[in-house]
Amino acid sequence: MADQADLEITWDSREGATILRPMGDVDLSRSPSLRNDIRKVFENPPEKVIVELSAVSYMDSSGVATLVEAMQLSRKSNAKLVLCCMTERVHSIFEIARLDQVFTISPDVDAALAE
Amino acid sequence: MTSERPSVEIKLVSDPMFLAGARELILGLTHRLGFKQDASGQIALAVDEALANVINHGYERQCDQPIWIKIWTTADEDEPGLRIHIEDEAKQIDPDSICGRDLDDVKPGGLGVHIIRQVMDTVVYEKKESCGMRLKMSKRLASDTNADQPEHSHG
Repeated sequence: MADQADLEITWDSREGATILRPMGDVDLSRSPSLRNDIRKVFENPPEKVIVELSAVSYMDSSGVATLVEAMQLSRKSNAKLVLCCMTERVHSIFEIARLDQVFTISPDVDAALAE
Repeated sequence: MTSERPSVEIKLVSDPMFLAGARELILGLTHRLGFKQDASGQIALAVDEALANVINHGYERQCDQPIWIKIWTTADEDEPGLRIHIEDEAKQIDPDSICGRDLDDVKPGGLGVHIIRQVMDTVVYEKKESCGMRLKMSKRLASDTNADQPEHSHG
């Protein structure tokens, strides 16, 4: 059986921002992959980090915790963190955790770049 | 009352790779009971968070320990819905000590219990008689205001 533990994450650079695109469910088994990539991004922090979540159909609190950690790293680095393209299902967990007003959340990548 | 045999009972090991399968089980079952997609997703989230808490805190990330999911469907009762028990053989702790963190204190972690309490109608933690902990939670169909009538399959 194939190892499903790793989350596929693509990196892109645009207008000085690094864009991370995780693909798949971000749960306890896969959030460590996202955490590793986020930490790598902040080793040489760009001005802005965008996490594009259109291909994330599910996220649990371990995924949310990973993004909270990203927010803390961005503040230490004076970089801006923007989340974008959230599905309703993923957005709902941010609402339940009352984090939808804490993060900068944009509807799409262009809006995230403009933040 | 939950003395009768559960409608569904599965045993899994405490490996995070099996969380996705548990979520699919809950999604399918709750949809069949008539919960709308949003509510089904939230119940699956609550079960996922409960299992993750057992793995992380109860078993301290050991991946080979037992967890049981027991589900009673209550479609024929006065308050149709479902009851779910999550049981383990992890170290016992004071149920009153299980609480989520202050949401105003934004930091990684500590959200699972808050999510479970937000999503489910009733949530009770207790020590099992012999060893381990039991989380008892329930969700009424009536609390999903957009719910459909339960489906009844005849083959």
